[in-house]
Amino acid sequence: MRSDVTTRVLGTLSIAALALLAVMALVVTPADVNQLDAVRLIYIHVPLATVMYAAFGVTAVASVLYLLPRTRARKWDVLAGAAAEIGVVFTGLVLVTGSIWGRTTWGVWWTWDARLTTTAVLFVLFLGYLALRRVGGDPDAQARRNSIAALAAGIDLPIVHKSVEWWRTLHQKSSLLDEETFLHPHIHGSMYWTVMLGIGAFLLLFAWLLIHRYRLAKFEERIEDEDLERALAERRAEALTGSP
Amino acid sequence: MTHVGYLIAGYGATFAVLASYAAWIVSKKRALARELPPEERDPRWP
Amino acid sequence: MAGKDLRIELRSRVATNQVGPFALLVLILFAFALDPDRGVLGQAAAGLFWVAVLFCALLAIQRSFAVESTDGARDNLRLSGLDPAGIFLGKAAAVAAELAALEVILGTGVVVLYNRSLHGPVLLVVTCVLATIGLAAAGTLYGALAAGLRVRETLLPLLLLPVVAPVLLAATRASEAALGTGSGDGWAWVRLLGVFAVIYVAFGVVAFGPLLEESS
Repeated sequence: MRSDVTTRVLGTLSIAALALLAVMALVVTPADVNQLDAVRLIYIHVPLATVMYAAFGVTAVASVLYLLPRTRARKWDVLAGAAAEIGVVFTGLVLVTGSIWGRTTWGVWWTWDARLTTTAVLFVLFLGYLALRRVGGDPDAQARRNSIAALAAGIDLPIVHKSVEWWRTLHQKSSLLDEETFLHPHIHGSMYWTVMLGIGAFLLLFAWLLIHRYRLAKFEERIEDEDLERALAERRAEALTGSP
Repeated sequence: MTHVGYLIAGYGATFAVLASYAAWIVSKKRALARELPPEERDPRWP
Repeated sequence: MAGKDLRIELRSRVATNQVGPFALLVLILFAFALDPDRGVLGQAAAGLFWVAVLFCALLAIQRSFAVESTDGARDNLRLSGLDPAGIFLGKAAAVAAELAALEVILGTGVVVLYNRSLHGPVLLVVTCVLATIGLAAAGTLYGALAAGLRVRETLLPLLLLPVVAPVLLAATRASEAALGTGSGDGWAWVRLLGVFAVIYVAFGVVAFGPLLEESS
């Protein structure tokens, strides 16, 4: 009961915040001097990226908690999976909104700018993680495997980011500056607060999604356990009645 | 307003995807909850 | 451990009979795919070299763990009481050795087929050493992760390749500097390769124990 109220409140709050965000982003805030109205994409692109990092952060922390003997519990693996799935959804959206935004300013749907490239690698990394999770088998072995995979991907991330950043800086000094000014338009006043509002609104949505996805995952796990038990029971019954 | 098409695409895609994802989670959750009679309500933290 | 893997390798000669020729085949295919005009190939030589190394690494790692999963060899390994860190380092070392041999073949192939010349041999050697260590370490870790799973042939590339993307990036840039086709500080990239190698060797050593504990 208590949790039901929490999620209801969360849900309502996030919808309200998102509605307010839409109004602020599309109507109230001014257009940018260089990008005109295309800058309004920043109000969803940046919050989406923030949630993306938050989601994978949850996956990483949950994985660590699972691996530490003192805090080991299957719920952490379940949480890691739920957060990762949400993370992948948001990463996809970051790539799409980033691509659209890039199209408006540079005229191309994709550019190998440091951040987009790192995000693309991140996307594939966690798609792989989700694929690994679906493999099945002994749940504890699974959980251990998942946790290690999540951490192996996580420590890779700063390396990927650094390397891609160097790469683009070395090779495109001039156009990088263009990229920087376009991706970082001068944010002041209402624009700044709208971005903050956007981050807050999407984080609320993230919390709501995480809770519900976690519950769904718990149900799935329970059904799997039941199926497993039923299969074992059947086999035991067969063994008893089958042997002469 | 300039770039209207792109804004619609960006905002539209974002909200459409997130809304359908949320709807999918809730509907799948309800469907599975029906299959587990004794333990219906799940506390947020087990 | 490394000795055992290498001995199996020498006896079966899969590396020399299949992976080596595969590496050369990849080089030739690249030549077909890209403009016969040697100029383009020459500029891409470093990148193509490392992509070819990556593909061969996948094969080497698959082999390394396929050997273990036959006849319950893995259970025997676990029961033998060998320190998991040792197993990890041993397997990684064997993979690294195979890769090093392949790199010599590929490197010669690149110089000959693509008509490159060597400007910075020390840089190239250090690059190869560090990149190979990093690839072998990360590869062995992910190989173990995917080992014993039915889908491991498709899962391993999906898991491993994004992770080693920075190695590909850094090794190519450093090699380009060594071959004279690229500008920039090759040694800065070498530092990145070093960091990657250290991190993944350390992580592998730590994570291999829990990984091997699988009850399957």
